[in-house]
Amino acid sequence: MSPPVKLIGFFGSPYAHRAEAALCLKGVPYELMLEDLFNAKSELLLKLNPIHKKVPVLIHGDRAISESLVIAEYVDETFEGPPLLPSDPYDRAMARFWAHFIENKFIKPFFMAHWLEEGEVREAFVKEAKELLPLLEEQLKGKRFFGGDAPGYLDIAASMLAPTRMAVQEVTGVALINDDDYPALSQWAREYISNEALKPCMPDKDQLLAYFMKNKEMYKAGVKAMLQK
Amino acid sequence: MAGEINKGLVLLDYWVSPFGQRCRIALAEKGLSYESSEQELFGAKSELLLRANPVHKKVPVLLHDGRPVAESLVIVQYIDEAFPCTGPALLPADPYARARARFWAAYSDQVFEVGKRVWQLKGEERKQAREEFVRVLKNLDGELGEKPFFGGEAFGFVDLALVPFMPWLPSYERYGEFSVAEVPPRLAAWTRRCGERESVAKSLYPAEKVNEFLAQHKDDYGIE
Repeated sequence: MSPPVKLIGFFGSPYAHRAEAALCLKGVPYELMLEDLFNAKSELLLKLNPIHKKVPVLIHGDRAISESLVIAEYVDETFEGPPLLPSDPYDRAMARFWAHFIENKFIKPFFMAHWLEEGEVREAFVKEAKELLPLLEEQLKGKRFFGGDAPGYLDIAASMLAPTRMAVQEVTGVALINDDDYPALSQWAREYISNEALKPCMPDKDQLLAYFMKNKEMYKAGVKAMLQK
Repeated sequence: MAGEINKGLVLLDYWVSPFGQRCRIALAEKGLSYESSEQELFGAKSELLLRANPVHKKVPVLLHDGRPVAESLVIVQYIDEAFPCTGPALLPADPYARARARFWAAYSDQVFEVGKRVWQLKGEERKQAREEFVRVLKNLDGELGEKPFFGGEAFGFVDLALVPFMPWLPSYERYGEFSVAEVPPRLAAWTRRCGERESVAKSLYPAEKVNEFLAQHKDDYGIE
């Protein structure tokens, strides 16, 4: 029998959500251990992820796996359940390519466009996000999910454009993803948050909104500091 | 050449690109023959490159029977999965070993990313980048440990992901404030060990060549 699965996560972390989504979609029961990141990181987190010191960390028996997308592939390859990645090598490469695009090119300008104060810098990020969003919209191309009929690896990678984005949108009033400009992405987000298989790990809408409301100034200060680097 | 199988592969590449070199090493390890298509990176990019990688407009891109795959580590995994019966596996079979390989291969990008900051920044910021750079090498050395290669006995994914950055280290010394003497000894030995493999020797250029290239393109890399 497989040893128990635990996940070190944090409410409000879109990266931790990715790991939970992978476990939920695969049908793997797990124990969630929540970090208190506003205070001190736990000894366990620092021990199991000494390189990045971040959530999520998947604990499977005596194994510790870090990086949300690495966790997703580990879950896919280790446990029985619906496949997260397609079986065809070219389709797998496309899923990995677009996940890499989201991670390395898209996320920064997209969330900068939401959290920054009005001004030239923010406008530049809005412009960049608007150049990149159509690429994702096109990837959905009449599909219900990036993975097809059911959510998969790329939906997991894109998941911060669903519950997180919707909460941040409401808190900041920045509506980059809207039904008029990006109908497929808007519909996908609604499908994602109401998906049956994802129910156990979907953050509560009101709680998530309250979290971002409460920490709005911290996030705004955080992105400003990032810019100065 | 013995062991080559032509499978409709074209690699859009640039001679000194460490990301292209990752793919060259992978293809050589697998014994796969391919057409190498040298691209212009400074100046007008070819129609072929723009069509093959419209999103990033960068090399490397692998074309397999005309279908493009971009992003060096995505390409390497694709080669491994599309040609499972050709040559050795580049990633290990065990899921946990694969997860560790993916983690560390992605982490190896930090050598290049932090290295750039060592060149580009000044004063206190450069000092911090330099410290981070030393830390990155230490972390990699820690993961390698006493093993011959990152995955153990066999050369694999992490090795080919990291080794192309090693000829760049003397340039970080020359243009930044890093000293090559700070490279952990086990990592230095591993670099020499990798260099003994034909796939690596044929794909990498010596540090002097990298240095020459950087001297000619200082502006493009933000070096003074």
